[in-house]
Amino acid sequence: MKQRTSNKLFQSELVKEALKDSFTKLNPAKMFRNPVMFTVWIGTLVMIGVCIWIAAGEQSQGNLTYNIIVTAVLFVTLLFANFAEAIAEARGKAQANSLRKTREETPAKLLQQVGEVFMNEIKIIPSSYLKKGDVFICEAGDIIPSDGEIIEGLATIDESAITGESAPVIREAGGDKSSVTGGTKVLSDKIKVKVTTEQGESFLDKMIALVEGASRQKTPNEIALTILLAGFTLVFIIVTVTLKPFGDYAQTPITIAAFISLFVCLIPTTIGGLLSAIGIAGMDRALRANVITKSGKAVETAGDIDVLLLDKTGTITIGNRKATNFYPAHGVNEAHFIKSVVLSSLADETPEGKSIIELAAIDINNFKLNRPKFIKFTAETRSSGIDVDNTRIRKGAADAIRQLCEKNGNAFPDETGKIVKGISSNGGTPLVVSENEKVIGVIELQDIIKPGIQERFQRLRKMGIKTVMVTGDNPLTAKYIAEKAGVDDFIAEAKPEDKMNYIRKEQKEGRLVAMMGDGTNDAPALAQADVGVAMNSGTQAAKEAGNMVDLDNDPTKLIEVVEIGKQLLMTRGTLTTFSIANDVAKYFAIVPALFITSIPALQALNIMKLHSPQSAILSAVIFNAIIIPLLIPLALKGVAYKPIGASALLRRNLFIYGVGGVIVPFIGIKLIDVLVALFI
Amino acid sequence: MNTEIAGIFIMFILVMAFAIPLGKYIGKVYSNEKTWADGLFNPIDKIFYKLGGVNPLKEMNWKQHLLALLTMNLVWFLFSMFVLMNMSWLPLNPDNNPSMSADLAFNTTISFISNTNLQHYSGETAMSYFGQLTVMLFQFISAGCGMAMAAFVFFAMKEKTTDKLGNYYFFFIRSCTRILLPLALIAAILFAFNGVPMTFKGKDTITSLQGDTVQVSRGPVAGFVAIKQLGTNGGGFFGPNSAHPLENPSYFTNIIQTIYILLIPVALIFTMGYILKRRKLAWVIFGVMLTGFLLLLIPTIINEMNGNMAITKMGITQPMGSMEGKEVRFGSGASAYWVVNTTCTSNGSVNAMHDSLTPLSGMFAMLGMMVNSLFGGVGVGFLNFYIFIILAVFISGLMVGRTPEFLGKKIEAREMKIAMIIALLHPLLILTGTAISSYLYAHNPTAYASWLSNPGYHGFSEMLYEYTSSSANNGSGFGGLGNNVPFWNISCGIVMLLARYLPIIGPVAIAGILANKKYIPESAGTLKTDTGTFGLMVFAVIVIVAALSFFPALALGPIAEHFSIH
Amino acid sequence: MKENIFPAIKITFIALLFFSGIYTLIVLGIAQFVPNKGEGTVIKENGKTYYSNVGQKFTDDKYFWSRPSAVDYNAASAGASNKGPTNPEYLAQVQARIDTFLKHNPGVKKEDIPSDLVTASGSGLDPHISVQAADIQIDRIAKIRGIAAANIKQLVLSNTERPLLGFLGTERINVLKLNLALDNLK
Repeated sequence: MKQRTSNKLFQSELVKEALKDSFTKLNPAKMFRNPVMFTVWIGTLVMIGVCIWIAAGEQSQGNLTYNIIVTAVLFVTLLFANFAEAIAEARGKAQANSLRKTREETPAKLLQQVGEVFMNEIKIIPSSYLKKGDVFICEAGDIIPSDGEIIEGLATIDESAITGESAPVIREAGGDKSSVTGGTKVLSDKIKVKVTTEQGESFLDKMIALVEGASRQKTPNEIALTILLAGFTLVFIIVTVTLKPFGDYAQTPITIAAFISLFVCLIPTTIGGLLSAIGIAGMDRALRANVITKSGKAVETAGDIDVLLLDKTGTITIGNRKATNFYPAHGVNEAHFIKSVVLSSLADETPEGKSIIELAAIDINNFKLNRPKFIKFTAETRSSGIDVDNTRIRKGAADAIRQLCEKNGNAFPDETGKIVKGISSNGGTPLVVSENEKVIGVIELQDIIKPGIQERFQRLRKMGIKTVMVTGDNPLTAKYIAEKAGVDDFIAEAKPEDKMNYIRKEQKEGRLVAMMGDGTNDAPALAQADVGVAMNSGTQAAKEAGNMVDLDNDPTKLIEVVEIGKQLLMTRGTLTTFSIANDVAKYFAIVPALFITSIPALQALNIMKLHSPQSAILSAVIFNAIIIPLLIPLALKGVAYKPIGASALLRRNLFIYGVGGVIVPFIGIKLIDVLVALFI
Repeated sequence: MNTEIAGIFIMFILVMAFAIPLGKYIGKVYSNEKTWADGLFNPIDKIFYKLGGVNPLKEMNWKQHLLALLTMNLVWFLFSMFVLMNMSWLPLNPDNNPSMSADLAFNTTISFISNTNLQHYSGETAMSYFGQLTVMLFQFISAGCGMAMAAFVFFAMKEKTTDKLGNYYFFFIRSCTRILLPLALIAAILFAFNGVPMTFKGKDTITSLQGDTVQVSRGPVAGFVAIKQLGTNGGGFFGPNSAHPLENPSYFTNIIQTIYILLIPVALIFTMGYILKRRKLAWVIFGVMLTGFLLLLIPTIINEMNGNMAITKMGITQPMGSMEGKEVRFGSGASAYWVVNTTCTSNGSVNAMHDSLTPLSGMFAMLGMMVNSLFGGVGVGFLNFYIFIILAVFISGLMVGRTPEFLGKKIEAREMKIAMIIALLHPLLILTGTAISSYLYAHNPTAYASWLSNPGYHGFSEMLYEYTSSSANNGSGFGGLGNNVPFWNISCGIVMLLARYLPIIGPVAIAGILANKKYIPESAGTLKTDTGTFGLMVFAVIVIVAALSFFPALALGPIAEHFSIH
Repeated sequence: MKENIFPAIKITFIALLFFSGIYTLIVLGIAQFVPNKGEGTVIKENGKTYYSNVGQKFTDDKYFWSRPSAVDYNAASAGASNKGPTNPEYLAQVQARIDTFLKHNPGVKKEDIPSDLVTASGSGLDPHISVQAADIQIDRIAKIRGIAAANIKQLVLSNTERPLLGFLGTERINVLKLNLALDNLK
């Protein structure tokens, strides 16, 4: 993960902003969104009323100072909860802003347009005036003013401002690498770029809006959890309200302060106060991993992923395959074979094609070609090549060439078949070359598996995620690499619709699928997948189709995204458990305090030996308040995910947050009571 | 070992010995698999289907199941109201007992159709034999209802993505004829041969040895008692229920009755294991229930066998333990064991008077009903436990970083909403009811003086117990409460009504909705629900949601009473 | 609703016939083979009939006393005291029972009185007392009846019901049977 901003949780300017927000968030319309804290808000108002009542001479409610302190603590509880949300928002915003800042107010060389025709005239305007559909020009040294798609030219671009990766990348018109991001810098050449998004509607803008809360919607799990928490709150409303007549029966007067304290302590304020902060922090963590999410739900869904479709190239193997060997067919002159091979690869811009020329080590410039016709690779023919001087040279997968030859009445030599099989079973990729539909030899391409990738797959397996390698390789090669890398399944000789079908099949069986893609032809699959991560370098269509965009263009990012999703859910779950487990101690602090004066026998329930009823109640509400800010760092950072299997994870979290949640408040309340007792 | 403790061990071991094979048998009955008794029961069931005009093979969705159940219960309500309010002129009334008042009939009707069997009357004086036979019918069919719904939930848990979940009448009639009837017959015969009367003759008049003239009530008791224990009904034939020497004459009959209380609730857990082919899950659920059960049982036995502290202070030794309200032939040990059995299972029959239990035992009795799912009532106990499973699955699912799922179905907002409403309902009914009665009593103690037979904390416990028992559909009572007055008859009637049907509707709806959802196959990231860790989680949820909500109330009742004598 | 209401009514009445009617008749039929035809276990002695399971009131000093009863051994309206364990009124009643017992049994020490003799049973018809409760009454009865205490002790022993199978439950004495035996001891 590339960290470009400080990882400090509480930067002073953010804290300042968050503090201010804590107060503005007291607006009841905003509080209402969070039922748990809203009841605390009402409780605080009631207590203010009680304080006024006492000041006006009421005797039955205890002394004024005590009531004011209770009121103040409740108020602070509210502020703490608001602060948690505000600081999470501030951090998310700061993160997004720092990304945005890079692209603000850069001059744009706008290409003047008359009707549909672009003139060759350039006008310099500020980037913020660019509209969707405008075309601008960037030359070496320029900062790209806006997201867009290259419509003409090719350029090396430094994307380190966005990705932190210093190695320049190549972007060119057409194909899958035509997209450029605002804020990145052109290092060489000149490109024409068409603006693809309206200002204020880029993914980053959407993300900022999401973090700021205006367009933040509760995710499904968050809604269900809110229902759970609201349910608990209702239970405790019943518990507290009915205590009044119970007290009447037992001839035990209970003060309003005690009622409200009991209530506020019992309802799950800890998780209630931190809930939205946890959600925002989840998106923020994604952003810190340089992933822009289009909704909070996408992050949450990532945690549920069962199947991960990974492209072999770049994810499992380093970069691209390289040609390592030439095997001319029987009776074919090696030099002729190499020359043919080079000819067929002249127009082949793929890394494999380039590596063939590299291996051949022939000076291409010596070739004089008579009206060459380059045949592009298509998914149907699955071969490419060249037509020159009445020679048709083709190279492609073994079965594609076999088909080609056999269709034209030429046998596919057994010896070639053996070589092909031999290469495949060693994890190499054989490319068979034909000349005029006759096999002339085989090229061996080899993959290099990324170091450490096996461990990552191991980790994924423990998380319960099935990994699927997607490759254009033939099944034999694919199987070899799949086994070597440790993926669970593979799609060999994958065509775009294969991905789609695979995703559909898994989804039909109830699994959630994530995939990463960049090309336009990935778009349908990205849209179909439950989590589709588009690479930032990918086409606009791909980016629109997915629900996340990875600024790093890092194919292994999916794994991180899954962990972020899991962390998000876990943080909610563990803090809920902690919050509810706290109630045990709070009952034992407050219940005896309510009744001890009139029923001295209940002193036996005061197992913490708290100083006095008033100190007990104060300690409980104070503990209840300060536990919120103490847990903010955990809420923001998230509970660490450990791929140790669900049961072991539950055991671990249940022990830390459940058992801890029972014990911590006993200690905390006792300590606070010792302090409070000094003043009462 | 102490012979009283030995008796308790034997009773529990026998339950296990019978419940496991019974669970399997019940599983076969619901799955329509072959059993040894088909030859006998197929024709009987056919009579029901044919004369009833139902097709037992028509698959129903969860709404159709509920509609069929509720309609049937409505018919029972009307029928029972009619009988109870017209007993005086209906047949089989040798002792010329009167008809019931409207409010008592309302309470009694709801009490019996809801499988509660709270009795605000005393059978000997308030019921004709026709009335007794009518309510005995409900002891069968209300239990059958609960079992049918449990069967529905089992199949809903098993199925992957369907809304065709068996037939209500099939489950219901099979529960009654193939499970309840034969088991009840066995027990009834054993009782009849061990001193429990089975006659339609009225009271007998004898002269005692000392020369007093005494009337002795009798009746068709043996048949009545068998089903009362089996169906976790608990409605007694006589006022003192199974403490009465004609209803439960010996230690032997007491063993059978105690076994019968727990038998079907335990067996149904193994039925679930059988139907779902998840025996480990069944054992985990059993383990959680047993843990809770033992946590209530052990201190109750200790408290009762140690005797009443207040009497110890008077200088009386209590080698037999606390004996107020208890029978010598059972002893305090077997009585304490019964207390926990009857309250954990929503049975509600008693062989010792709960009002006279030592304070903490009274509290454990209430806790059993407050949780109401440690084995629980036939069928419905599992439904209640199901709600706790859903809540535990939700929280622990989040804790392992996945959208919570139970047996391959995602738990989402809608299910949580239903689960929370049901989880809320029990404290709501108990605490609100007790609050209203406390309020009335506290503000006018003289007007309501007849309510409470005991002052102070214990009086509060009497009211708390009554609503707890009503809401748990248990039916036992702190007998000292003067409850045959319109206030208690009506308020408890309403509580029983809501507490019976909503907790059936809720889990059935959740199970039905989940069954219809897309099935997600298990992976290493899936939270396994058949592990000890998950069991612990469910247990924690039960303690915190169900038990702790009552802590303030319990502190003012039994806990205060306990510490006042210690 | 309509498709459910008629089956509901019909099935309810078939069930009434079946579970209230046939079930009861079967049990009733089988009960005819029980001694006394299912009308309760009785003892016939000196032309009189007693229900052996239904406790009787014994307050006469010449008989072993049975337990206190909240309904005075009225077997047509059985019941318990339903007194809470800390109810002062109840504790006073227990104290009164202790005092009465001590008055009638002068030699007995208070701490030897077992709790079953001063507490009311659940049914009010408890036919039993504990062995200890019988033992402490022997001296009184021996004195009144002029029989050797050892003989009465022998009677108590022979009337003691052992725990079920020797190891399950309590040891106890049926007061009616003991007193009948006492009357027969001449």
